[in-house]
Amino acid sequence: MGIVTPGFFGKHREADPKLPPGQYETKDFPVLSAGPTPNIHDGEWAFSITTETGEVTRWSWDEFRALPVEDVHTDIHCVTRWSKFDTDWRGVSLDTLFEGIETSAGYTMAHSFGGYTTNVPLEDLLGGKAWVAFEYDGEPLDPEHGGPARLLVPHLYFWKSAKWVKGLSLHDSEELGFWEVNGYHAYGDPWKEERYYYDS
Amino acid sequence: MEWAVADVVGIREETPTARTLMLRIPGWKGALAGQHIDIRLTAPDGYQAARSYSLSSAAGDELAAVSVELMPDGEVSPYLVRGISVGDQLEVIGPLGGWFVWRPEQTEPVRLIGGGSGIAPLVSILRTHIRSGNTAPVKLLYSVRTPEYVYFSDELDALTAEAGAEVAIQYTRHAPPGWQGTIGRLDARRVTDWAEGDQNASTYICGPTRFVELASDALVAAGVDPATIRTERFGGA
Ligand SMILES: Cc1cc2nc3c(=O)[nH]c(=O)nc-3n(C[C@H](O)[C@H](O)[C@H](O)COP(=O)(O)OP(=O)(O)OC[C@H]3O[C@@H](n4cnc5c(N)ncnc54)[C@H](O)[C@@H]3O)c2cc1C
Repeated sequence: MGIVTPGFFGKHREADPKLPPGQYETKDFPVLSAGPTPNIHDGEWAFSITTETGEVTRWSWDEFRALPVEDVHTDIHCVTRWSKFDTDWRGVSLDTLFEGIETSAGYTMAHSFGGYTTNVPLEDLLGGKAWVAFEYDGEPLDPEHGGPARLLVPHLYFWKSAKWVKGLSLHDSEELGFWEVNGYHAYGDPWKEERYYYDS
Repeated sequence: MEWAVADVVGIREETPTARTLMLRIPGWKGALAGQHIDIRLTAPDGYQAARSYSLSSAAGDELAAVSVELMPDGEVSPYLVRGISVGDQLEVIGPLGGWFVWRPEQTEPVRLIGGGSGIAPLVSILRTHIRSGNTAPVKLLYSVRTPEYVYFSDELDALTAEAGAEVAIQYTRHAPPGWQGTIGRLDARRVTDWAEGDQNASTYICGPTRFVELASDALVAAGVDPATIRTERFGGA
């Protein structure tokens, strides 16, 4: 516990077990990005997985949309301390995308339109833990929130859920992505408050 | 880096709803222009709330300064703007953030676009620019409701004169007597007209989310390379 701030009592006091430490609940859907919102034209979107040996598997938008979809109901947690409960998404599971992929790599880097990157261990994307989502709350994903499609990795801080995602590359060793080289934690577990690089 | 206990050593009223807090932070080694700190408040029963605030002080300053706008139904900002006094203590961690920063080694022209409290990190950039003797052109487009909501009003002129900076203020509700410019919300046209001309400039846009979206979308639509635009979204609508 820190020093007591005289006269401060706080507002968002519910001790909700769904709320990771240091977070508060918001009903809004705040937008955080490092730069402008990219405007991705119809037909421009495609998704690829590039293995550590350089093999590329690519889905056009139509091919991607022909894959089986899943509905995801989940809480999300942003490193800037808001959490949003009971959000609804629709997307393609990473398990589906990885079905035909041969790899022994342990690490992935997500790449986005606009140049954003973020690193995630492969095991954190598989086993029903991650999706490439294209709908939020029954509507096509807003550009502000990453539309046409974003990564959704709800068990990590939300900067790992790369907006405007266009591919994953697989790596034998861990490299750091955009925010991770700019002072944020390499892994980002909200329950351990792994916010900044020194929160080891 | 750990949470540190900072002393509030100075407070300045910026506008009817905003204050600058000057903080002495043990072990503070300065920050890069554009970085922020997190401030954490603790209630008597241990309940804590933390929020991010951009530094308005220059990169090398001994004291850290933050400028906070009151959100009427907010949790942390009302306390920082109305509750705290010189001599009180706060917990802080930082400096944080390595992207929305300006370094004196940068030689390209700089465009700064701020709305409301989004002026804070831009003033830090201006101050740092002056301090470093950097000669790259810099200009500021600042959107505020009315003259009384201009942060740093007594310093802004001197600061921009010293930086050789051009300042354009956009009053969204009403302007000072004799004002020649337009009044009203910033629109895409105003942003792109203002931005025209600086080849290879870096642009820093900071303020409430919707403001940042408007300004950055306008520049991108006008052909500015998105990779040259850095944004800091303070939240809200
Ligand atoms: C990197 C970073 C730097 C920041 N720097 C500054 C700064 O220099 N000065 C400053 O005043 N704020 C700054 N902010 C915003 C600040 O962190 C808080 O969000 C703000 O003070 C509101 O906190 P609160 O606890 O009072 O309100 P909360 O209890 O968190 O929220 C109350 C309501 O206010 C809304 N809200 C939050 N922020 C805004 C906003 N900017 N505009 C409109 N509505 C909003 C919320 O959506 C919510 O509905 C920064 C945010 C970030 C992410």
